[in-house]
Amino acid sequence: MATQHSKTAARLMISPAVILLFLWMIVPLSMTLYFSFLRYNLLMPGMESFTGWDNYYYFLTDPAFSAALTNTILLVVGVLVITVVGGVLLALLLDQPFWGQGIVRVLVIAPFFVMPTVSALVWKNMFMNPVNGMFAHIARGLGLQPFDFLSQAPLASIIGIVAWQWLPFATLILLTALQSLDREQMEAAEMDGASALDRFLHITVPHLTRAITVVVLIQTIFLLGVFAEILVTTNGGPGTASTNITYLVYAQSLLNYDVGGGSAGGIVAVVLANIVAIFLMRMIGKNLDA
Amino acid sequence: MGKITLRNVQKRFGEAVVIPSLDLDIEDGEFVVFVGPSGCGKSTLLRLIAGLEDVSDGQIMIDGRDATEMPPAKRGLAMVFQSYALYPHMTVKKNIAFPLRMAKMEPQEIERRVSNAAKILNLTNYLDRRPGQLSGGQRQRVAIGRAIVREPAAFLFDEPLSNLDAALRVNMRLEITELHQSLETTMIYVTHDQVEAMTMADKIVVLNAGRIEQVGSPLTLYRNPANLFVAGFIGSPKMNLIEGPEAAKHGATTIGIRPEHIDLSRETGAWQGEVGVSEHLGSDTFLHVHVAGMPTLTVRTGGEFGVHHGDRVWLTPQADKIHRFGADGKAL
Amino acid sequence: MSRRTSASRTLIVTLAAWTIAFLIFFPILWTVLMSFKSEGDAIKAPFAMLFSDWTLQSYADVQERSNYARHFMNSVVISLGSTLVALVIAIPAAWAMAFVPGRRTKDVLMWMLSTKMMPAVGVLIPLYLIFRDTGLLDTRIGLVIVLTLINLPIVVWMLYTYFKEIPGEILEAARMDGATLGSEILYILTPMAVPGIASTLLLNVILAWNEAFWTLQLTTSRAAPLTQFIASYSSPEGLFYAKLSAASTMAIAPILILGWFSQKQLVRGLTFGAVK
Ligand SMILES: Nc1ncnc2c1ncn2[C@@H]1O[C@H](COP(=O)(O)OP(=O)(O)OP(=O)(O)O)[C@@H](O)[C@H]1O
Ligand SMILES: [Mg+2]
Repeated sequence: MATQHSKTAARLMISPAVILLFLWMIVPLSMTLYFSFLRYNLLMPGMESFTGWDNYYYFLTDPAFSAALTNTILLVVGVLVITVVGGVLLALLLDQPFWGQGIVRVLVIAPFFVMPTVSALVWKNMFMNPVNGMFAHIARGLGLQPFDFLSQAPLASIIGIVAWQWLPFATLILLTALQSLDREQMEAAEMDGASALDRFLHITVPHLTRAITVVVLIQTIFLLGVFAEILVTTNGGPGTASTNITYLVYAQSLLNYDVGGGSAGGIVAVVLANIVAIFLMRMIGKNLDA
Repeated sequence: MGKITLRNVQKRFGEAVVIPSLDLDIEDGEFVVFVGPSGCGKSTLLRLIAGLEDVSDGQIMIDGRDATEMPPAKRGLAMVFQSYALYPHMTVKKNIAFPLRMAKMEPQEIERRVSNAAKILNLTNYLDRRPGQLSGGQRQRVAIGRAIVREPAAFLFDEPLSNLDAALRVNMRLEITELHQSLETTMIYVTHDQVEAMTMADKIVVLNAGRIEQVGSPLTLYRNPANLFVAGFIGSPKMNLIEGPEAAKHGATTIGIRPEHIDLSRETGAWQGEVGVSEHLGSDTFLHVHVAGMPTLTVRTGGEFGVHHGDRVWLTPQADKIHRFGADGKAL
Repeated sequence: MSRRTSASRTLIVTLAAWTIAFLIFFPILWTVLMSFKSEGDAIKAPFAMLFSDWTLQSYADVQERSNYARHFMNSVVISLGSTLVALVIAIPAAWAMAFVPGRRTKDVLMWMLSTKMMPAVGVLIPLYLIFRDTGLLDTRIGLVIVLTLINLPIVVWMLYTYFKEIPGEILEAARMDGATLGSEILYILTPMAVPGIASTLLLNVILAWNEAFWTLQLTTSRAAPLTQFIASYSSPEGLFYAKLSAASTMAIAPILILGWFSQKQLVRGLTFGAVK
């Protein structure tokens, strides 16, 4: 299948995709890099000047940055823990025979298809609102003081909302992986005298490891970029209590019009993401080879 | 017309040399079979001729024209793949018509040729089915139909029957042979089935590690194998090869004697041995006999020859059927 | 395992599964129910709300207030448009990678995937400025371009895994039959890969429909898709629960239905073929 003709053709066919993605990576990124060394405010056009590392200095020493970094890590790790643990348990449950499997599957997967702005607003207003939300109604019904989720525990609330969106994804993938588990292998292990627990630990868990890796990888890509949920619920507040890096850069550049500072933040975000990415690519690279 | 000439053809995949250098002439109308052990480069050679792979060096001529640089479509050859490679989303009719459509032929002419091919191949009743709804043999016939409508200069077959069951294989073997006799088009056929090679070929090309060991008619290869490799490869069960003093008696490093050329007796003969395994096939019996100072010898005898494990028997090779090979493995 | 399952165990599993499924689905269900209530009833306690009168008023209000239809059309054009453009670019690329793999094919695939990991904020400002200066801000074209590029790696990956399952011999047969590269892709590969291409299309329409970074940053009104339209409800104005519910229901209903159809392929698509 590899003649000179077809190799030339292949190079030609692949180049639009490669070139476009390359431009998409390199052009804006180098502009961001350039801006990050400028004093550049959108409210003062024409006043740009070179400032060296100042923007980085201000961005990194800003207490908001360390807060945002912590929040980003908490958000990603929190959602990962909830969805992976919940997903494994749920997948194990749904893998048993029961009545109405099709419908249950459809119900469980549904939140994944809800657009982020909708799920955030629904949770914010219909459930977490301290006056009219369902939780407040329930609390009052029990004679308790309603809890104002988004101002008392903004980050935890957002973690909850995002976890609700991604739990179905983890469940679905882990369930699919479970169902592809070779039944004969299980039966062979049973013949060899392995107990139910042994079978779970030595067959099911290793089999799920690959799927969990994939879930972690993909969710991390999306969770590092969580934005809409914060924008429509807390606007990053109160203070910086629910600001993540993505939101911080957005606020810096498009709310404060500080292009230089925002760009420095953008570059910092890229560097951080790359550190995570290298780690993750190793993981998936190994898994996809297998 | 379908005269194909390979001159100094070489093929490397990166570092790996699959075909070191090969010359071969295939005459118009010939039925040529490539045989050889798995991985020896049969498919690669066929794909080089087809144009699905580039040669690393050398020249391929088709009907006197240099085809080395031509894309497959331009070479005027048709190929039948081991997996049939039918287009699963098209009906049988569309499958067979596809090459003609690609050649921008008139619809009436396409219609005529397709129904003609369907008639030859007994596919007329299946024209509106899809490949998924056909049996293995029918699929194979569709693949052949797709090849013959183009009236190619030559047909290339890569182990076309290996996915069929034994009975069907015998049938298809006959059909392809008949097809060759009626079309009189060059056919190049890759197989590792002895019987196919012996029964179908005008000319067999024995390949080993990308080199041609011998080219010749089936009987030539059977009677006069040029070297140890061909001797061991052609014929079933394999020829017995004996080294040492017994070979030296015949002035050779190795002598070969086919199982069917050893006479068997309970009383007397050249070598005495003890019967190991005996395989009764009904028409024939193959005995594996242990003789001191020799490898286990395979002997063919009639179906009714009653022997048991451990019996003593005498073996006598037919003197005029002994093949002698020198130290370099070549026939003397 | 099924041989030992007793009816009582099945019953317990059924109860547990249905309860959990109901809880997970509940916010969506509640939103849909609330959308058929009046604003006054929507803020009542759960039971009072459930048993109040039903009305379609909120749907009428939403349409009147903010022209739902236009945002819906924007979402359709942007998600479908970006997916189709991505497919046109990705099919040839995936063909090349699946059928003429080279030494670097795997690296290219991994590199494409890695572009997905670049945080959007890293390129937010330049893109915003470029869009502002070229008049692409708040246009459908602009969003189609961005979402095409965002989803291109996933589209290439998905198609690649589907194409890999098609035996190369069939394409070689087409080549022997005199097909040009164009005919080979158009008449043989594409029809054979229809199921794979369809699920790629479906999944990417869903992803583009729900994309909520660029759609929020690069549109304000004219080209605003449903994500932006819903976000406009984030600052409360009087009683608005029923209207928010109605708008939300309309925004998620189409994609929920598409999504249910595609759940099987979803796993494969989102895991780049690593889980099937
Ligand atoms: N695309 C390729 N890249 C690298 N090596 C290859 C490639 N194709 C074939 N080879 C190598 O070339 C040698 C010959 O392969 P080929 O398929 O021609 O063998 P074959 O004689 O047809 O074997 P079989 O009887 O099993 O079909 C093998 O060692 C194979 O590994
Ligand atoms: Mg082969």
